[in-house]
Amino acid sequence: MAIVAAAAARAAARSVRSMAARSWGVTARAMSTSPEAGEYPGGVTLPFTTDMAFHDPADDDRIPVFRVMDESGMLREGVEGFGEDREDVTNMYTTMLRIHQLDTIFYEAQRQGRISFYMTANGEESIHVGAALGFNNDDPVYAQYREAGLLLMRGFTLQQFADQCCSNEDDGGKGRQMPVHYGSPEHHFYTISSPLTTQLPQAAGTGYAMKMEGKGRCCAVFFGEGAASEGDFHAGMNFASTLEAPVVFFCRNNGYAISTPVKDQYRGDGIASRAAGYGMPSIRVDGADVFAVREATRAARDMAVAESRPVFVEAMAYREGHHSTSDDSTRYRSGDEIAHWRETSNPIGRLRRFMESKGWWDDEREKAANKAERKAVLQALTAAEKKPAPDMSELFSDVYAGEQPWHLAEQEVALRKHMARHPEHYAGEGH
Amino acid sequence: MALRRALARVSGAQSSGRALAAAGARALSSEAAVEVPRLGQVDAIPSGPATRMNLFTAINQGMRAAMQTDDDCILFGEDVAFGGVFRCSMGLREEFGGERVFNTPLCEQGIAGFAIGYAATGRSCIAELQFADYIFPAFDQIVNEAAKFRYRSGGQFDCGGVTFRSPCGAVGHGGLYHSQSPEAYFAHTPGLKVVMPRSPAQAKGLLLSCIRDPNPCLFFEPKALYRASVEDVPDADYEIPIGKAEVVTAGDDVTLVAWGAQVHVMEKAAAMARDKLGVSCEVIDLRSILPWDAETVAASVNKTGRVVIAHEAPKTGGFAAEVASEIQERCFLRLEAPIQRVTGYDTPFPLAFERHYVPDALKVFEAVKAATSF
Repeated sequence: MAIVAAAAARAAARSVRSMAARSWGVTARAMSTSPEAGEYPGGVTLPFTTDMAFHDPADDDRIPVFRVMDESGMLREGVEGFGEDREDVTNMYTTMLRIHQLDTIFYEAQRQGRISFYMTANGEESIHVGAALGFNNDDPVYAQYREAGLLLMRGFTLQQFADQCCSNEDDGGKGRQMPVHYGSPEHHFYTISSPLTTQLPQAAGTGYAMKMEGKGRCCAVFFGEGAASEGDFHAGMNFASTLEAPVVFFCRNNGYAISTPVKDQYRGDGIASRAAGYGMPSIRVDGADVFAVREATRAARDMAVAESRPVFVEAMAYREGHHSTSDDSTRYRSGDEIAHWRETSNPIGRLRRFMESKGWWDDEREKAANKAERKAVLQALTAAEKKPAPDMSELFSDVYAGEQPWHLAEQEVALRKHMARHPEHYAGEGH
Repeated sequence: MALRRALARVSGAQSSGRALAAAGARALSSEAAVEVPRLGQVDAIPSGPATRMNLFTAINQGMRAAMQTDDDCILFGEDVAFGGVFRCSMGLREEFGGERVFNTPLCEQGIAGFAIGYAATGRSCIAELQFADYIFPAFDQIVNEAAKFRYRSGGQFDCGGVTFRSPCGAVGHGGLYHSQSPEAYFAHTPGLKVVMPRSPAQAKGLLLSCIRDPNPCLFFEPKALYRASVEDVPDADYEIPIGKAEVVTAGDDVTLVAWGAQVHVMEKAAAMARDKLGVSCEVIDLRSILPWDAETVAASVNKTGRVVIAHEAPKTGGFAAEVASEIQERCFLRLEAPIQRVTGYDTPFPLAFERHYVPDALKVFEAVKAATSF
């Protein structure tokens, strides 16, 4: 009986294999070999060698960093066609100032207890602006949490940022998530979630939908070098690659995942080196060079769409600020280190030097622009603070679409009765 | 996966799921064929032309109907392209093309995340997770992402078009990692809907509801029933509402609550109780675990005053605990005996002791005796 069953199972397995061969177009013929090369599953032919050599990536050249503008704000020799339009560059620059002012004021607001939490992007403003200009405005975006400037570039208003951070009734997220968890369908920007790297396999799925849609859109997904250690990094990369989804994987390698420096995070050549393992083209770019970021992002998204495949971008940066308002980064890195990077690599300083060299910018303009941006941010924050909290009914809404399940309805009624019995306990909550 | 393959070899075959499915059918066919309860009156199952088929064929029919009525609906997972290790997707790639029915890499968190991202564009998809035992790498994506996608965005985004299908439960020889029933883990997650059918006609209607429901759904398929459970399934496209239990057999003395394959165990136990004790049992198939139909269960318990709840998963924290708790809230003064739970034990699922581990009709019968002699 056992023998019969095993034979039947083997027959079934054979039939399964031949079906598989048909549906994947793999030739079912026996492996053919020559003295020089052999054929292996998947239709690949691999050369033979008698040289028993291990390949050590440590022997490889490091992936170079694409940059067109150096620290002094000068275009590198032989580089042309960047930063020629004054208005264009000025817009990029003032947007970076706006991001910086937004961060500065909201950071201070958290310190004053006006908002509960905040995360700055100091040193990475150029990535937000450059990437935003590289993608089309209707390319769906999955962000991590340090890409607010991209949303700003797409037209999310300072008031919307402030409303979200103040968890008030005008927060599109209805006050449910911590500050900086923005989202906006109008701006094709999926709501940020705290779990790291979950957005990568999701981007593969959204990218696949973009391919099916056939309107030339691609999906953009952002994450840090720390997030790239999660299993979802592998999942997202491998799915996008095998399913040929137009996705740009954009890694901000800013040196730290909270306190963990890159030397404790990985051993290879950054994150871009991993793209090769997924059969994915990649580029490494100087994240503080806004021109290079824009150019590389645009080329990556165009390649992703044209060839219907994922493309990888690693932007090298330095996180000048703390991880968040809950972090004090001087406990794990020196003030000298931070100062060094701020002086040599800050993207705002770099672009300012570029503009000054062209005679497009000076101290007076800088002062006026900062003042205007600061005022606009403060106005938004002040207005947001005055708005009431979302209605209490929003505690129970949006868990499910459609009819509210009985258990939720019961719990809402119970809470309302409890509140009615103890109004004093809930007074002043602004609900 | 290596272990999956290894287990398949131990089973004397080379294609793990296929072997399991076939062997599961063999294991079950050595007993009396599973008796499929007759359909209740409250059901949305239409009359009209019907075809006799097993559970995996009914699931196949359901997916076909979903994909015929929605051009954006796609189906994917490990080994889905050739028809799936349990044969649920047979013929669908041929009918709908490789862009809509395709293999994914072997990575559950990837399958779940990919599904969420696809559904987040407003489209629907069916993601197969090959065994419920291997759903845990996808736990974060399902619990932290799919379930909360709508809520965390203030209703601005959702991934409600996603349905995760996964074979679950005892199969006769699955051991620790081809036997689990993880429904209770997911029942603890607001934002999800969790469903488990007991038979082919139920499966088709419930699956179509899940696929078309605007919320992320988990559809657990009792793999022991894939071939063993056979009944007439309407040819029509129909949906059975999520969240509605069904009184499969009416009775007066004891209420028996179960879902999935355990409904059949309850039916056998009810017959034993009738024949040996003269006790009339009312068998309820919960069908949906989240949200679950407390009203139907409470109405029955208020009539009988006695209740037995069965599931294959371990006892502590199992969904029977939730059902029992709600029953005592709603029926406290009507209860004539302590609520009985007949469940798997608080151990991993043991290969050699499956007969000892899985609730069977005898154990349920004993629980009925305990409830009626308290």
